Amino acid sequence: MAKRIEVSGLHAYYGGTHAIEDISMTVEPRSVTAFIGPSGCGKSTFLRTLNRMHEVIPGARVEGKVMLDDDDLYAPSVDPVAVRRTVGMVFQRPNPFPTMSIYDNVAAGLKLNGVRRKSQLDDIVEDSLKGANLWEEVKDRLGKPGAGLSGGQQQRLCIARAIAVQPQVLLMDEPCSALDPISTLAIEDLIAKLKNQYTIVIVTHNMQQAARVSDRTAFFNIAGTGRPGKLIEIDDTSKIFTNPEQKATEDYITGRFG
Amino acid sequence: MSTQSGVDAAVGARHRADTRRLSTGRTGDRIFAGAARGSGILVLAIMAAIAVFLIWKAIPALQDNKANFITSQDWNPNATPPKFGIAQLAFGTVMSAGLSLVMATPVAIAIALFIAYYSPRKIASGLGYVVDLLAAVPSIVYGLWGLRVLAPHMDGISRFLNDVLGWIPFFGGDSPGKNSIFTASVVLAIMILPIISSISREVFLQVPRANVEAALALGATRWEMIRLAVLPYGQSGVIGASMLGLGRAMGETIAVAMVLTFVPGINIHLLEDGGSTFAANIAKSFGEASPTGRGALIASGLVLFVITLVVNMAARAVVARRKEFV
Repeated sequence: MAKRIEVSGLHAYYGGTHAIEDISMTVEPRSVTAFIGPSGCGKSTFLRTLNRMHEVIPGARVEGKVMLDDDDLYAPSVDPVAVRRTVGMVFQRPNPFPTMSIYDNVAAGLKLNGVRRKSQLDDIVEDSLKGANLWEEVKDRLGKPGAGLSGGQQQRLCIARAIAVQPQVLLMDEPCSALDPISTLAIEDLIAKLKNQYTIVIVTHNMQQAARVSDRTAFFNIAGTGRPGKLIEIDDTSKIFTNPEQKATEDYITGRFG
Repeated sequence: MSTQSGVDAAVGARHRADTRRLSTGRTGDRIFAGAARGSGILVLAIMAAIAVFLIWKAIPALQDNKANFITSQDWNPNATPPKFGIAQLAFGTVMSAGLSLVMATPVAIAIALFIAYYSPRKIASGLGYVVDLLAAVPSIVYGLWGLRVLAPHMDGISRFLNDVLGWIPFFGGDSPGKNSIFTASVVLAIMILPIISSISREVFLQVPRANVEAALALGATRWEMIRLAVLPYGQSGVIGASMLGLGRAMGETIAVAMVLTFVPGINIHLLEDGGSTFAANIAKSFGEASPTGRGALIASGLVLFVITLVVNMAARAVVARRKEFV
């Protein structure tokens, strides 16, 4: 189910602003890759180019190549909607559909894919909620609004919603930054479990988190305000945190940044 | 009624509960609290004063009335003895306003969605402005247009509807005409279109970016995104907007009075000439009414007031039922 992502020569722009410059990297399937770096260095922008969410912002565009196994995500014939059905995404702030019940939130993507049979929906909703470690907490109130859950539960609901459609890749944009430590731990446990099935890419500001959850880490940096963000290096997480190739990486992880 | 206050009413209800705080007791706070409370009380006082005025003026005429005020279809308050009832007026008002709402709401929502989510950014604001401009056209102009331009063309349309949908009683009848309740409701639909459309548009534009992105990231097409994120969020606002439109349609006077040909009695065949509404009837007969006639017209105005109130409360109930999810 999981696929390899291969990015080459990728640039992203917001109108006239050059946001990220010439990024190339490979993300291995069934592993967790963490993106770290200072604010504004383009980690989230880069993440959003991987499921073509970058271009939903007016004026935003992308140049370069992103291959998902053998498919070029930016080939002219490719429908961005189809890309987003294969590459799921979890956002910084939990964003369950506020008018929908817990059940309907998880089933939303399935219904888009044409799953209509009640028994099939029931099964997938239960599996997804179990997959997101949320089933035990919500099984008795599936009809209640998703917005009534705690922040951490809402985020796991969003993860359940994303994995219900069985994506190839799961992108997470600072999924724990709005959560307390206990909820963060729950999400990190979940990430460790999900990587057996999915290719996971996670943006995080928390370097301990990157060290805890990821197999590989990419460090992004920015030369100055208004300059595009760049990939400085990507390597095994243990190497990045103990013996990075680049001076900038070492400065950042040891807190000597800037 | 300004569009902005409608938006505030539709959207503000969400936030009201958590913004209520105890005053700190400073002078500025006290003045502001007093001004806000005073304005609130003023609204209630005006409402009460209108009701009292209507009831006060209506009672003498109602006492002289020799027919059942609610069920009678006659309107002869100037005769001796006076005989009048509101059945026909209520029927005409509810049917024309209801029909116009049925015609206007889907179009208004479609316009709002188009401006908010489909049209290129550059033309969106201009387009919205043009739609809002429709609201600035005086109702006498709509009346003239309805009478001189639309009505002559309604002949063929009415006959077509009569042929195709004649099995529905409302579209039945033997002589579909052009000065019918149906024609009036088409004019009303165009008149209420801008208010429903512009409030819906404002509500749709306030859908949080996070909800829109949640839908898109699941692989929703633009229409699916609208169904998943925009319409559920905007639902209560759209209902509120429709109710404002319905209120305007029920109260509309001159355009309806110009289009309709008065024929006594309830006619459920809405394509046939005839029918009247509360407001149109008041406008047409107030000038030459006897004192009892005026009282009777004011009594009918009171009924319109009550119907509008009931419709608004019903709409609020519909919105409140979904509160758990908002």
